[in-house]
Amino acid sequence: MVTLLYFASLRERLDCAREDVALPPGTPTVGVVVDALRARDGRWSEAFAPGRAWRVAVNQRMADLATPLKPGDEVAFFPPVTGG
Amino acid sequence: MAHVRVQEGPFDPGREIAALTEGRRDVGAVATFVGMVRDLNEGARVTRMSLEHYPGMTELALEDICAEAARRWDLLDMRVVHRVGPFEPGDAIVLVAVSSAHRGEAFAACEFIMDYLKTRAPFWKKELTPEGERWVEARASDDEAASRWSGGKGG
Repeated sequence: MVTLLYFASLRERLDCAREDVALPPGTPTVGVVVDALRARDGRWSEAFAPGRAWRVAVNQRMADLATPLKPGDEVAFFPPVTGG
Repeated sequence: MAHVRVQEGPFDPGREIAALTEGRRDVGAVATFVGMVRDLNEGARVTRMSLEHYPGMTELALEDICAEAARRWDLLDMRVVHRVGPFEPGDAIVLVAVSSAHRGEAFAACEFIMDYLKTRAPFWKKELTPEGERWVEARASDDEAASRWSGGKGG
């Protein structure tokens, strides 16, 4: 299992702040998880559609689609940041 | 060496500067930046603002940014204090303070830390305007400001 977190406008759009999902066998990456999210209903496929601006962090460091995942990882999805 | 902090309540810039200089005789310069909540953004009146962040990653990201500044410039100490809302126009939202022997290093590092904070620290602003609530969109100009520190290698 990995924990998925969603923040800000993405959390509101998906109506989901946190969930645990099973990792597929093999050598799972962020990209594999994103493909699974895109395969959900319209809300999810739209939020993660290619070209949509979102960012991902693994264990609280910026990551990308190629970042490998292991059980227990914390994967966070969020819009481009706007602090300061 | 850096001190980073996320808090709800206001901060006192004078106390933050004092924390950089107390008991030291080697500080020649302290550069500070304070970011404020403006009452006008993207053509709309802003009456209130709130801020969401990613506890844990926020502190890690700010520490990473300060560590990168320390690699690039000869600094003595740094402090970054970021508030999370709610805010009203006129409220101070973020403080960066950098100390060094000479002003050039302090000025540059202070600006670098802010530019990287704007593009790498996981904070998200939500504004309340007369038309309702809206999440603030990231600006391309912030990415450009951050990328100028990378010597053409990109953000």
